[in-house]
Amino acid sequence: MTPTAPDLAPTPSQTVGPFFGHALPYAEGPDLVPGWHPDAITIRGRVLDGAGAPIPDALVEIWQADGAGRIPSGAGGLRRDPDGFSGFGRCGTDAAGEYRFRTLKPGAIRPNASDTDASGTDASGADASGAGASGADVAGAGASGTGTSGAGAPYIAVLVFARGLLKPVRTRLYFPQDAAAHGIDPVLAAVPAERRPTLVAVAESDRTYRFDIHLQGERETVFLGI
Amino acid sequence: MTHPPYLHPDYKSTVLRAPSREPVMPRLGPDSVELTSPVFGHQELGVLDEDLTAHHAGEPLGERIIVTGRVLDGAGRPVRGTLVEVWQANAAGRYAHLGDRHPAPLDPNFTGAGRCLTDDDGRYRFVTIKPGAYPWRNHPNAWRPAHIHFSVFGTAFTQRLVTQMYFPGDPLFAHDPIMQSIPDQRDRDRLVSRFDLDTTVPEWALGYQWDIVLGDTPMEA
Repeated sequence: MTPTAPDLAPTPSQTVGPFFGHALPYAEGPDLVPGWHPDAITIRGRVLDGAGAPIPDALVEIWQADGAGRIPSGAGGLRRDPDGFSGFGRCGTDAAGEYRFRTLKPGAIRPNASDTDASGTDASGADASGAGASGADVAGAGASGTGTSGAGAPYIAVLVFARGLLKPVRTRLYFPQDAAAHGIDPVLAAVPAERRPTLVAVAESDRTYRFDIHLQGERETVFLGI
Repeated sequence: MTHPPYLHPDYKSTVLRAPSREPVMPRLGPDSVELTSPVFGHQELGVLDEDLTAHHAGEPLGERIIVTGRVLDGAGRPVRGTLVEVWQANAAGRYAHLGDRHPAPLDPNFTGAGRCLTDDDGRYRFVTIKPGAYPWRNHPNAWRPAHIHFSVFGTAFTQRLVTQMYFPGDPLFAHDPIMQSIPDQRDRDRLVSRFDLDTTVPEWALGYQWDIVLGDTPMEA
């Protein structure tokens, strides 16, 4: 933990505004995998306001692990390998407030699954020996994995920006077929049971899921203060 | 609190879009996807992406400027190789966006969108033109101060930031509900760039400096 100097307070957020359409969306943004991919799924939904009206000027971003629970760690967020998986997606909503992504159903995150080379193993070995030698101040490293580490349900991290949102809303999309794993998911555990369904996509077919995001109102999606 | 609240009724679009419930505050496990960020490479950007005056056959109209600064984390460390995206109105205060109906001229030589990656010091740099102020329909005689929109990634998805950079001394600050949505004046001031003679290139372009500080990730907080 490093103390924050007074002049290093975070830069405040401001709305994305209505006029980002010529700047932020890009051709491959909604397609995290190529169309021919045998495991491709579609995620689509609408972004809605407190009156239930569609929001036509929202920007949805997703970030996720691949089917094996590995988080992409190489470049390619904007322009992935033509046959590859980017992990990151961006889609502006259309006039009906609708967004769409073509992606993979993520696997549950596996600890250190994003470490693809030997250096990751070396680093954790060094941490472990350091802790063993002195028991010193390694708690901040987070690699000790106390408490909430390990198993959980597969999910996609979701961010929504819009005109009228002075800062983004952050949430997660979970999948209906993983209901058993939802019970052991540490983030879902923090959500009141009656509101958890707002975080679970609806299967429209075996390859298509709907995830509507209600910014406000009776069906308001659960947003995360993370 | 640095950031504005979701609900700021003076900015009318927040009224039906601000979440009304308190966010759920989970404790993220160390393996959470939100504690990582997409990575972007130089090969994904065009060579001219950071010069917004070079995207068309001719030079755009307006006052050429250089906008540069560093992206830092909450401990003051540079955030290297992170993607910075900008977009803005032209010198007349008109966006190259179909939805902008402000009766000011479009500039065929200016689209107003750019991208770059920060260098090893966390520094970004754009060449552009100074955007104009423009009217909007939030309230009678409403005008936005001149601004450049910024989008920054950082090293964790929790650090993802979209904001706006303003220019020093703009008389519209006090009348702008978007800037005024930030509760504390010191925090509003963090969005105002600084004119810098050392950044200014003689006989070519004025220079502005503006640093961006990303929030700590929950692991560090």
